[in-house]
Amino acid sequence: MKTFLKNKAAFASLLFIAMIILFAFFAPLVARHDPSAIDTNSILAAPSGAHIFGTDTLGRDIFARIVYGSRISLAIGFIAVGIAVLIGTVFGSIAGYYGGKADSIMMRFVDIMLCFPAFFLILAVIAVLEPSIFNIMAVIGLTSWMGVARLVRAEVMTLKERDFVWASKVMGASDTWIIARHLIPNAIGPVFVSATLGIGGAILTESALSFLGIGVQPPTPSWGNILMDGKSTLGVAWWLTIFPGLFILFTVLSYNLLGEGLRDALEPKLKELSTK
Amino acid sequence: MLRYIAKRLIGLVPVFFGITLISFFVIHLAPGKPTDVDTSLNPKVSYEARMRLEKLYGFDKPIHVQYLNWLKAFVFFDFGSSFVDGRPVAEKIAERIPVTLLINISSMILMLSIGIPLGILSAVKRGSLLDRTTTIVTFIGFSVPEFWLALLLMSFFAITLGWLPISGIKSLDFEYYSLAGKILDVARHLVLPVAIAAFGSLAGISRYTRSAMIGVIHQDYIRSARAKGLSERIVIYRHALKNAMLPVITILGLSVPGLIGGSVIFESIFAIPGMGRLFYESVMARDYSTIMGILSIGAILTLLGNFLADIAYSYADPRIRVTGSGE
Repeated sequence: MKTFLKNKAAFASLLFIAMIILFAFFAPLVARHDPSAIDTNSILAAPSGAHIFGTDTLGRDIFARIVYGSRISLAIGFIAVGIAVLIGTVFGSIAGYYGGKADSIMMRFVDIMLCFPAFFLILAVIAVLEPSIFNIMAVIGLTSWMGVARLVRAEVMTLKERDFVWASKVMGASDTWIIARHLIPNAIGPVFVSATLGIGGAILTESALSFLGIGVQPPTPSWGNILMDGKSTLGVAWWLTIFPGLFILFTVLSYNLLGEGLRDALEPKLKELSTK
Repeated sequence: MLRYIAKRLIGLVPVFFGITLISFFVIHLAPGKPTDVDTSLNPKVSYEARMRLEKLYGFDKPIHVQYLNWLKAFVFFDFGSSFVDGRPVAEKIAERIPVTLLINISSMILMLSIGIPLGILSAVKRGSLLDRTTTIVTFIGFSVPEFWLALLLMSFFAITLGWLPISGIKSLDFEYYSLAGKILDVARHLVLPVAIAAFGSLAGISRYTRSAMIGVIHQDYIRSARAKGLSERIVIYRHALKNAMLPVITILGLSVPGLIGGSVIFESIFAIPGMGRLFYESVMARDYSTIMGILSIGAILTLLGNFLADIAYSYADPRIRVTGSGE
């Protein structure tokens, strides 16, 4: 914990993430405007006192849309990664614990999944299903659990030979009990790091999907679909492109720096090596 | 070496079937049948006509028979015909794939020729201004939405400065250029997409090179090479680099799906007629046979990339060949 607090970049990132979370929870208090209120008198207005980030093609306040959009980014980031961590942990711990044939078949499946360019797979599934927020979360989660599975498997494989696991086995504990109570809690450290980095990745994927028009559908504001609007007006309204883009950049950067900080805090040995 | 390659090739077979199975499964998540638009949703079509149409496309057969039929055709690169214009999917993909490969391969070369030296330098001069700057830039590279960067650069270089063309792959008067003029024209169009594709993966490669290099530099054989009185140049580039490249090769193989997947985004932004854009168009048009074809081709290209990385790895590290375990 001390090493973590000493890391200025990680601490600043934590503050930024906290700010975005507050934005999401208290959106109506943070934004003075309604994100979907159309104001035909101020279409594409430049940033000013009334609209600090300017307005879009329908005269909607960009700051309000970014603040409300943070709800989408947050929800997609956390839920998609939650799904990925859940599947990855269960899959990886079963493969690692039982080993042998089950393990080699399961890991072969992971190899197959890793062959698909994730973005292709996501687009294909979205083409088949509806691009609702729920489907986007689910499909990002379902296409990004493989890294976690490999991590957990590797951890479980070393942990299962340790004395405390043998002791538990001798006392008659069931496999499920050993996996759930002994192995997973001990293997979860690196998973946290990968999950934090994964949230950044999920936010990027959602914004790219929404930017292409197959993600979160308007009028619901998301950082990606504000940018889609910005694309056609880039020459006349830079604020439509710059601000949401910076929000995505800083949010993802914060999750990445936080993940990196967590890694350094959790794996002091690695830190020593990389700063020696 | 040959035995090793053969062994890896055999290992690819089940993965290949897995890929086709998943592609097939994903498309069959779709409710109803692709013929429904013409049949059950159209009151003028009789029951018999609907059955005939379904029979024509093989939808009357059980799902595993459909899969086997599709697979049989797939092995011969027959992906069926597009639901949009009726042209063979294989033909549509074939005319789009060269541009995508051109962009991906050039951006990979660009990325390697910048990323590896950058990684080595920041490892050797750890804590220097260069190292710190590289670290910051790599973190930004990991976090920046590529499409956003593409938009900004496009607006800056193509609109504000007017140095580069905005989009597309060739100018309108392309036909009238000389050969050199044609090459230059395509190159000018590709500068931005290639640079952006490279920037995204540059972060990963330089960071991995750096950490691999740092790991190697502290090993005993490097210390003895230095003790022997070898120049720092030879120690770093001859002795250390060789071992540091091993993890980089793996990462290179793993970055293939990201590059191919990323092509959807920048080909759409820059209006480049490649496979990524074709995929996007097919998704928008729900052209299932094209989606299925590109999805599998993308996965197979990745498989190929990983296979080449494996071979390169075993070539660079004889230990892999001898013990035979590439895991």
